[in-house]
Amino acid sequence: MLTKRIVPCLDIKDGRTVKGVNFVDLRDAGDPVELAKIYADTGADELVFLDISATEEKRRTLHDMVMRVAAAIDIPFTVGGGISSIEDIDDLLHAGADKISINSSAVKNPQLINDASAKFGAQCITVAIDAKQIDGDWIVHLVGGKVPTELNLFEWAQEVEERGAGEILFTSMDHDGTKDGFANEALEILSELVNIPIIASGGAGNMQHFADTFIKGKADAALAASVFHFKEIDIQDLKKELKKQGITIRI
Amino acid sequence: MKIVIINYGAGNIQSIKFAVQRLGHEAVLSNDIEEIKAADKVIFPGVGEASSAMKMLKESGLDTLIPSLKQPVLGICLGMQLMCHSSAEGNTTGLSIFDVDVLRFDNEVKVPQIGWNQIADLKSALFSGVNENEFVYLVHSFYAPLCKEAIATTTYGLKYATALQKDNFYGTQFHPEKSSKTGTHILKNFLEL
Repeated sequence: MLTKRIVPCLDIKDGRTVKGVNFVDLRDAGDPVELAKIYADTGADELVFLDISATEEKRRTLHDMVMRVAAAIDIPFTVGGGISSIEDIDDLLHAGADKISINSSAVKNPQLINDASAKFGAQCITVAIDAKQIDGDWIVHLVGGKVPTELNLFEWAQEVEERGAGEILFTSMDHDGTKDGFANEALEILSELVNIPIIASGGAGNMQHFADTFIKGKADAALAASVFHFKEIDIQDLKKELKKQGITIRI
Repeated sequence: MKIVIINYGAGNIQSIKFAVQRLGHEAVLSNDIEEIKAADKVIFPGVGEASSAMKMLKESGLDTLIPSLKQPVLGICLGMQLMCHSSAEGNTTGLSIFDVDVLRFDNEVKVPQIGWNQIADLKSALFSGVNENEFVYLVHSFYAPLCKEAIATTTYGLKYATALQKDNFYGTQFHPEKSSKTGTHILKNFLEL
């Protein structure tokens, strides 16, 4: 059976990991390659690298980092952050990324989803959607949740599927950073509404939150950052617990 | 040992080159017919869309070369699908090495299948020392149905052929280069054929 996926996310700036990490066995906690290797060796199912740098050298630096990661690990990984053209996508896939994730650029230029999907195949095009509730409606936001759009989460999700996205990475800005659990009600609706895999993001605080988002939220994968980086949750322990609860998982 | 990865413009092939390197070998990316012919092992990758990939193969004459190769050839993902008789993706005529028609998953399941699933009913030296029900990484919307050339099966809504073999031709729907230790083992088996 297809398993649920556990996905650590690494924020990258100028080729280095940003959020603090608490791995005593790391020689260089800022080296994304070393961190990626540890996650790959300890049972992560895939990794997401989110590049938040805004320098002119960004593209070259990210390309080099992707190549070094691809050389070092034997599990799939997705790269996102500021990707806005077919050329950007082509460059990162050729460097060794398995999937790329587009967010703001998909909202600003939805045709990019169609073009990328037709050229590279739906399976490597993830559309990331950040949303939060305003007066009871889930509204898509840009710039890390700061700028609201006119788009409704559920309508936008259906549109990106129709345009050829292979997967949706949904982050609830209301849950992100709270460590209070994932947005399972919205996730469940999303999962019923579209027929592509959904990655849940935002709100992971303990192991039960992961079980809940797979069972109640019907998510296909769950992404988290700090709970893994600070070793609050060990991936092996998490996977054993999920398996105990009857969730299909790779151990 | 000379290992060639066929480079015809299909997506992420660096990862295969890196996986071969981690096993202590070097692989050359090439679309040169003489260089491919002279290789000990040929890997035929493929990420993307079937009809446009087939078009690229035809433009470089690789569509006639690949079925004529005598050394072990491993098609991965779309590479495996293109080695089949046909694909429903873009109504594509394939290389007809494997006598099976590639179909699209129906919407009873989420499409594409993305993630880790198990391989079973293992046959062939490709899986020597690999246990039944090990996990491998898959990302695909189209699949080869069960057929006489199946050497591994996977279940996703239905049971399908997740690896194929005919004579010196091997194909895996999954990505051995992305399938952790199990994938490395299978890739090593291929290089030792």
